Amino acid sequence: MSWMTRYKPEKETRAVHSATHEATHEATHEAISAVWRIESAKIVATVARMVRDIGLAEELAQDALVSALEHWPQGGVPDNPAGWLVTAAKRKALDHLRHLKMRGEKLTELGHDLEAQEALVVPDFVDALGEAMQDDIGDDLLRLIFTACHPVLSTDARVALTLKLLGGLTTHEIARACLVPEPTVAQRIVRAKRTLSEAKVPFEVPRAGALAERLASVLEVVYLIFNEGYTATAGQDWMRPALAQEALRLGRMLAELAPEEPEVHGLAALMELQASRSAARVDAQGRPVLLMAQDRGRWDRLLIRRGLAALERAQALCQRQQQPLGSYALQAAIAACHASAPTGDATDWGRIAALYDALAQVAPSPVVELNRAVAVGMAFGPQAGLSIIDPLMQDKALRNYQWLPSVRGDLLAKLGRHEEARAEFLRAAELAHNERERELLLARAEDVGHS
Amino acid sequence: MRYMIIVKSNPAFEAETTPQSPDEKLMAAMAGYHEQLARAGVLLDASGLQPSRKGWRIHYDGQKRTVVDGPFTESKELIAGFTTIQVRSREEALEWSRRFPNPVGDNAPAVIEVRQLYELDDPLQA
Repeated sequence: MSWMTRYKPEKETRAVHSATHEATHEATHEAISAVWRIESAKIVATVARMVRDIGLAEELAQDALVSALEHWPQGGVPDNPAGWLVTAAKRKALDHLRHLKMRGEKLTELGHDLEAQEALVVPDFVDALGEAMQDDIGDDLLRLIFTACHPVLSTDARVALTLKLLGGLTTHEIARACLVPEPTVAQRIVRAKRTLSEAKVPFEVPRAGALAERLASVLEVVYLIFNEGYTATAGQDWMRPALAQEALRLGRMLAELAPEEPEVHGLAALMELQASRSAARVDAQGRPVLLMAQDRGRWDRLLIRRGLAALERAQALCQRQQQPLGSYALQAAIAACHASAPTGDATDWGRIAALYDALAQVAPSPVVELNRAVAVGMAFGPQAGLSIIDPLMQDKALRNYQWLPSVRGDLLAKLGRHEEARAEFLRAAELAHNERERELLLARAEDVGHS
Repeated sequence: MRYMIIVKSNPAFEAETTPQSPDEKLMAAMAGYHEQLARAGVLLDASGLQPSRKGWRIHYDGQKRTVVDGPFTESKELIAGFTTIQVRSREEALEWSRRFPNPVGDNAPAVIEVRQLYELDDPLQA
């Protein structure tokens, strides 16, 4: 089963179906879908550079897809399907520009040089594989990501647009993945395109001064998509866990497109390391398994290796650029401590506590502080952990956060203060978000009551 | 879902009769292809294997184990390298594998084989 087997382009093309060739058409359609999934972002990005409007670029790219759906079932899939689609989309973009020119609209102002644009329509894909061209495509993709994640858009709109334009997902798939009605997603995307157009957001990679902030927005969107998928539980629609894969793919892509940015590698490392644990996070009954209790044999060694390598790149870049590790790299470094420990007991809690210290300075938050308390408690004893937690008890942001009483209960239990610990676990259970969490926390209350 | 693109070995590779200076055009094609995979965010891992002369096999006969040193002669059954990719569908894997350069260069026959890996947490099998 695939994401794409039931894929239909947004524009209906059922007319090209003929009953006699249904099977061949089905295969051709699947081939087209696969090529589209691989190439759509590049095609939209390339066309967007020509027409300077990602909404229009997507329409033109869709037109090229419709042409493919019309021609390929009859003439067969071309030897170079990707090249065919790119060329078709560029031709449509040129037609559009010529049309504008005929209407007397000034293209030069927009930076459109028609002749130069025409030279870009390369029918021969061998040329398109040239290195210069590849770099152009890389730049175009970066521009597309930065535009889709522009701060002028709401977070929801950024997520939807990124999944649509960079992931090649359909509106229907995005709706299923994000648990939102399909018309809502469609509207978000339409509005987002309009907003970008009205705000005259240029199709470009931001300049040095704005780069850090804009990059932060891109990374935030990717990590948000990752968490949306990662926190989905088994048994839910499989489109949701697939979001984590999509975010991971985007993160890996970014690491290639912006290799000089340490936080890009930091985020890639963080996602690889978190994903490496996904098989161990739930037991056979679908109940969550806490990190320390996970079967480390089920951790994915390949992803751990990739995560550690990405973290090393982030660290090397920071060293070379003489800057401290950013928040993603620090979180990745913490995840790496767990990933590198052969057993839970061998965890280097002292180092984790130090990393949380650093994280609390770069990105202070009550949740980071809570995690720091756990690490300090493990490294220097429960009393030390409690002294960090107690001030947090007044924090409004954590008032309904079930893990605060849960962690406190844990530390109290270790100090032998069983009654207080029991009360904390019961309170945590009240705040739990789902039945499975609640069961876990009630069990802890029960356990501590018996000791 | 993950797939492994397996490059089958051939007698010339196993006999190490291939020219000492590597085929630059082929190397560039391979590097370019893997760069494409990486840029698309689908490349997980890739490696070439040294000739079977340097490897060995363990033969099991129940509890008994016998070490047999390479080289091994049935070169079509041998592997010369692999590339592991993570994609969203079988069709996507098929499309990427179609783009794999001829692993021995453009003037000779060769075979690659593509296999899907088992996943510990395959959401589709849940």
